[in-house]
Amino acid sequence: MNEVNTIDFDKYEAVIGLEVHAQMLTKSKAYCSDPYTYGGEPNTQVSPISLGHPGTLPKHNKAVIENAIKMGIACNCSIASHQYYARKNYFYADLPKGYQITQDKTPICTDGKVSIRMKDGSERHIGITRIHMEEDAGKSMHDQDVYHSLIDLNRAGVPLIEIVSEPDIRAGEEAYQYLSEIRKLVRYLDICDGNMEEGSLRCDANISVRIKGAEAFGTKVEVKNMNSMRNVQRAIDFEIERQITALEKGEKIYQETRNFDAIKGRTLTMRTKEGASDYRYFPEPDLPPLHITETFLESVKMQMPELPAALYEKFTKAIGLSEYDAQVLTENKDIAAYFEGILKHTHNAKAAANWLMVNIKGYLNEQALEINDFALQPAKIAEIISLIDENKISNSAASQRLFPAMLEEHHLSALQLAEKLNLLQESNSDELNKWIADALGKFPEKVEEYKAGKKSLTGLFMGEVMKASKGKADPKAATKLLIEALEKA
Amino acid sequence: MYTSLAQIRTDLESGEINLPKLVNNYLETIQEKQHLNAFLEVYEIEAKERAAIIEKKIEAGVAGKLAGMVIGLKDNIVYKGHKVSASSKILAGFESLYSATIVERLLAEDAIIIGRLNCDEFAMGASNENSAFGPVKNALDESRVSGGSSGGAAVSVQAGMCLLSLGSDTGGSIRQPASFCGLYGFKPTYGYVSRYGLIAYASSFDIIGPIAHNIEDLKLVMETIAGSDENDATSVQQAIPSFLQLPKETESKRKFAYIKETLETEGVEPAVKAETEKFLKELISKGHQVDAISFDLLSVMVPVYYTLTTAEASSNLARFAGMHYGFRSQNAVDLESTIKKSRSEGFGPEVKRRIMLGTFVLSSGYYDAYYSKAQKVRRLVKNKTEEIFKNYDFIISPTSPTTAFKIGEKSDNPLAMYLADIFTVHANIAGIPAISIPNGHDTNGLPIGLQIMAPLGKDAALLNLISTL
Repeated sequence: MNEVNTIDFDKYEAVIGLEVHAQMLTKSKAYCSDPYTYGGEPNTQVSPISLGHPGTLPKHNKAVIENAIKMGIACNCSIASHQYYARKNYFYADLPKGYQITQDKTPICTDGKVSIRMKDGSERHIGITRIHMEEDAGKSMHDQDVYHSLIDLNRAGVPLIEIVSEPDIRAGEEAYQYLSEIRKLVRYLDICDGNMEEGSLRCDANISVRIKGAEAFGTKVEVKNMNSMRNVQRAIDFEIERQITALEKGEKIYQETRNFDAIKGRTLTMRTKEGASDYRYFPEPDLPPLHITETFLESVKMQMPELPAALYEKFTKAIGLSEYDAQVLTENKDIAAYFEGILKHTHNAKAAANWLMVNIKGYLNEQALEINDFALQPAKIAEIISLIDENKISNSAASQRLFPAMLEEHHLSALQLAEKLNLLQESNSDELNKWIADALGKFPEKVEEYKAGKKSLTGLFMGEVMKASKGKADPKAATKLLIEALEKA
Repeated sequence: MYTSLAQIRTDLESGEINLPKLVNNYLETIQEKQHLNAFLEVYEIEAKERAAIIEKKIEAGVAGKLAGMVIGLKDNIVYKGHKVSASSKILAGFESLYSATIVERLLAEDAIIIGRLNCDEFAMGASNENSAFGPVKNALDESRVSGGSSGGAAVSVQAGMCLLSLGSDTGGSIRQPASFCGLYGFKPTYGYVSRYGLIAYASSFDIIGPIAHNIEDLKLVMETIAGSDENDATSVQQAIPSFLQLPKETESKRKFAYIKETLETEGVEPAVKAETEKFLKELISKGHQVDAISFDLLSVMVPVYYTLTTAEASSNLARFAGMHYGFRSQNAVDLESTIKKSRSEGFGPEVKRRIMLGTFVLSSGYYDAYYSKAQKVRRLVKNKTEEIFKNYDFIISPTSPTTAFKIGEKSDNPLAMYLADIFTVHANIAGIPAISIPNGHDTNGLPIGLQIMAPLGKDAALLNLISTL
């Protein structure tokens, strides 16, 4: 620990690139029509094609191509008009064909960038080297049987896209934010469920360190098996510290692949460079080259939803929300859509944002529901906001009584229900003046004290008015009339 | 012995024979000529059952257009519920879960599949001597090879064990054995017949095609099996011309080219050269144009072919690893030894040679010098071939430089064996259709084959040409 304390970590800079694999939410596998869902009984979602039986051939899955293009557009990439598939050859028990169909020299998307926002509000751009399409392997299970490894080929042939970043990332937190952005994008595009725990989103990190200002890269280490976003951040931060500490001790960094042990919070050697394979990539002769026409590209663009960056821009600039509110509301496509739904019925964007972020989200969290499961239509929330804006109901009555009641009785309008619950405020001067006169009459000596200068006594009188009105007095109007009455008294 | 479906149809109609009897005759012949080693398995019961069913369909007048045709399948074409081995030990015990597209199409037209046929292991060879189940003997001279790799497919037809067979052609594997056995063998345009269900040797070269006694049976089968298949992304996408309609062309005089070098190459037997020249002279005497042309890429054809096909094969054959099906070594103790030992013990020497060659040419550091360069030369061959077809309708050459050689004669010399493909690999490199037709005999009475190549997609035109010659 002493050693670590004496090291000047700031002297160094980390250089990190991420390779993210996203499993596509297509109905069928990449190169055949087998369906796939996570957690199926082993070896039930297979066919001669995904089992790699002799004589079988792959075929294009148009949905995978569309998904890859969508992600490319979302990451500001160029989309290749001409490309071909490639075979990556290696032997493993869960790779039935002995090769993986992927893309090598001609990835479908290249040269993009993703913007991320750090906790301190600063913005960073992370370059995207490439996005390419490939197929997943099956799963090897080494802990199910004492003598054998078991193989589940359900996942074999499931389509993936691999998103490779430039080595633009400098710290664990940036990697976390980048990964959050990628997950947000795949979910907006509805092409991947983004579940890192189930492995539908997987991340490998290439990490090296160098003295700040140095041009050459340090020796890169690949870290695998980080099955949550938090673990990606932890693994990277550990690895940076490990590498700097080693260099400061005069040790050498070896090019190797390391595993992240989430329990111990450290990375451990998995295999060294010497064991690296020559994958003998070559063009896949079973699939003809792919040509993406302008027409096809346009049709894919038409299917795309508004992206979080555009929504953020709209929410902050056109609608005038704070950066924080805009950030929270664009985190999830459905939340953003609900927000825009409310705005169709009210112009009070700030109130709409607050209702969504506080009341609705609070309720959803409590019930463990998603916004799509939420029973109240956005128009109903707009009705509540209007009642408040028109001083017909108090904010607290709306939050504490009307909103819970509306969750129970969806068929009534907010106004009908407020009436039914007797929550509408009284702003009629005659009514209010009657209650004020009663209150003043009850405490003549306090009136005198007020007149002598003890202005804080308005609170006492308002309390009386509220009590008499059973909470229905419009506080704003009542306060105004009360002060007039006190001044005149 | 029947040598055409037309003869069979005539006899079926006259009542001279019926389908069950026909099938029995074939089964008897297969039994008699078992020593030729053409069949690896005979589907006796099934063939009889189908004969009875199709006989009823014939009587009812609802039979398909291949009713009466009894065929054999090369042992690299899969048939649901049947064993298939590519004549390799590595697929021992393997039974296919599905049928090749062509099998479905043949059965739908009421063909009867009578068994699976011996071939070179994974279709790699030119003599059928590379089969794990031994060589196929040429029925004309049992000391000689059948040719390969579709040796069983050729001899089964030659010896009357079935009327027609389906083979595969990656570098001449249909045409060369057809030539050695005095038959017609057709290699269609790449993609004109679905490869779905053909055990891959070299994906961008492989094609399925028929071997028969006559051109009309070839046409009928091509009409049945050819065309687009959604299970094969490399199959032809548009509709293709019918093989059965007569061509509308009014021009009866054709322009033939022959590549000078194919007759001057060392190793072309005198009789082969003489019979080819005789054929050319006959064409001239019939008024066709025949020109000698030069094709300077002939010498690189075999190297290009072996570089690219072995590269693809090294990857295509990776799935045979003792893991999920077929042969697994008894000496395996863990993952690595399962793969290594199963492959070492399961594959024969020629297959191993080609896998190693292909692995080498794809290795980093050698890829550009071999694989990439061979791809470029393949492109050149395609372009040059297209150039020739701008001026000519067909290209003629011998199918093979020699007639059927003796069993064992070349088996220790792989290079000599590879040169047997010198004239046939051109069509696979360029993807064009090519046919081998019988063209006389040598002094030993062994058949000589003549190869005619046509432009891409001119399959029907090529077969029609043979009908009219």
